[in-house]
Amino acid sequence: MPRIENIAGLIKLRENARKKIQARIADKVVVRVSLATCGIASGGEQVLQAMQDEVEKQGLGDVVFLRTGCMTYCHSEPTVQITLPGRKPVVFGKLDEASARSLVENYIINGEPLGTVIPVNYVRVVL
Amino acid sequence: MEVKKQLRIATRNCGFIDPESIEDYFAERGYEALADALSCGTPQQIVEEIKKSGLRGRGGGGFPTGVKWECAARNEADQKYVVCNADEGDPGAFMDRAVLEGDPHSVVEAMAICGYAIGATRGVVYIRAEYPLAIKRLKKAIEDAREFGLLGENILGSSFEFDIDLKYGAGAFVCGEETALIRSMEGNRGEPYTKPPFPAYSGYWRKPTVVNNVETFANIPAILIKGADWFSSIGTEKSKGTKVFALAGKIKNVGLIEVPMGITLGEIIFEIGGGCPGGKQFKAVQTGGPSGGALTSKDLDVPIDYDNLIAKGSMMGSGGMIVMDEDTCMVDFAKFFLDFIMDETCGKCTPCRVGSKRLYEILDRITMGKGTEADLDKLKMLSNVIKDTALCGLGQSMPNPVLSTMDSFMDEYRAHVVDNKCPAHVCTRLMEIRILPEKCVGCTLCSRICPVNCISGKIRETHVIDKDVCIKCGACIEKCKFGAIVKV
Repeated sequence: MPRIENIAGLIKLRENARKKIQARIADKVVVRVSLATCGIASGGEQVLQAMQDEVEKQGLGDVVFLRTGCMTYCHSEPTVQITLPGRKPVVFGKLDEASARSLVENYIINGEPLGTVIPVNYVRVVL
Repeated sequence: MEVKKQLRIATRNCGFIDPESIEDYFAERGYEALADALSCGTPQQIVEEIKKSGLRGRGGGGFPTGVKWECAARNEADQKYVVCNADEGDPGAFMDRAVLEGDPHSVVEAMAICGYAIGATRGVVYIRAEYPLAIKRLKKAIEDAREFGLLGENILGSSFEFDIDLKYGAGAFVCGEETALIRSMEGNRGEPYTKPPFPAYSGYWRKPTVVNNVETFANIPAILIKGADWFSSIGTEKSKGTKVFALAGKIKNVGLIEVPMGITLGEIIFEIGGGCPGGKQFKAVQTGGPSGGALTSKDLDVPIDYDNLIAKGSMMGSGGMIVMDEDTCMVDFAKFFLDFIMDETCGKCTPCRVGSKRLYEILDRITMGKGTEADLDKLKMLSNVIKDTALCGLGQSMPNPVLSTMDSFMDEYRAHVVDNKCPAHVCTRLMEIRILPEKCVGCTLCSRICPVNCISGKIRETHVIDKDVCIKCGACIEKCKFGAIVKV
């Protein structure tokens, strides 16, 4: 890894990181999976695996999975946040392997937000 | 459009970025606050900016962070330390874990900024060994930061040097108290010592030390990038910014929330938390964990900030909020916390060591139906003595759950000792389970489920509970389809 020698180097890294992330998620379906201790304990890893497997089975190439920390919805773990291209992110909760698989069919393919949809009640401060 | 109640500053990246990827953190302007500080700010300017922001310690005490940094910065020493208190031990609190597991770099960056501001080259995170995933992600963050030259020598090409180590706590509640934490880090028993001297003058290895909580640190990069004026525009006059709370207990939307200071308790419980499940009545909420007090339905309009909570006999604490509904007995509830403290007292000072045991015994007596009115006076007097004489914050605040529940629910205490009744039907010695003859259809279900076979009656005839044998487990109440069995 190159050491960052000054603020200009850091800003360059930031822009590169943003470009790289953009390139990875542009025009793709983005699935973020809440994988802190709590999410993992309630079966988040299995949900992630089931969705990845289902996406592969259905032959969908344009779905990106991202592992994140706590999404704060303990009451409905495991949770995932799905962003369809050009649409607002939707958070789904109380998933298990079966409902995670049907989520791929219902929402990622057909765009129908079926299941436990969690209303988002916050403003995120973006630096 | 619906107004959003929550504002996420400390948890701004939790759930959005990959906590194990430093690149993800770079994309969120990660380490730019540190870079700015090193290239265009003097340490004094950083301290001033934090002071101006009005940020107060999020671990519970609410001491102004900037003032703490200023004290440590002013003290000349050959070595100084930055300590991150990640010894989250309140029952029902998990804010720090979420931040460390969701956005560890924000804490690493903030510790380095603090090091620059006070002139320290060493940082230590004191973290519970029970948080293995948080430890793993934090370690990864520290290693990645080192590789990019964001920790170590000559950070970002400057002459500033700073590095971070981890120390693991064994899960003692008292070690969240900063002086006990310092003793524990030095390899001694986790026992507090009398302040002053404050750690900012003489702390870890008797050197000037800043001890800040995880959430406090997580706010720092945001304050430096968006400015102190932006931060101080959020919140109330004396409590700026936001607070992360862990909503737990009898509440529908159990979870982590981050709200601006000054939000009312009612907004938190009903609009964000969704109220109590099962249509039950909200009764009280314990803030500040075992050191805090209970706020009741009378306090729903109280704007939540440090000073209002203290005025109400509670405290901010680190942010645990345990919600209780009508089925909670407040005496039993106070007993639960005293039981916890009795186990967790370090034993160094008598008021805490013996006092917690005596308080517990009196509460236990009351819940057993053996309490007297004199016990209530004794409970209050002993609580006040402990408050005035205990050595550290743990001991001084330990009677809070007793005093605040006695304040708001004295009738419930009196019902226990005078009428021999537990109004919430929790204390088993003070309640009975009865079958209502007018509702019982004689289906025999209850008699078959009863673990001690104390329910008798023929089919299609009213059943009867032998109260001398009944252990009041309540299994029959849950099984009965006709609502014919009740607690009285």
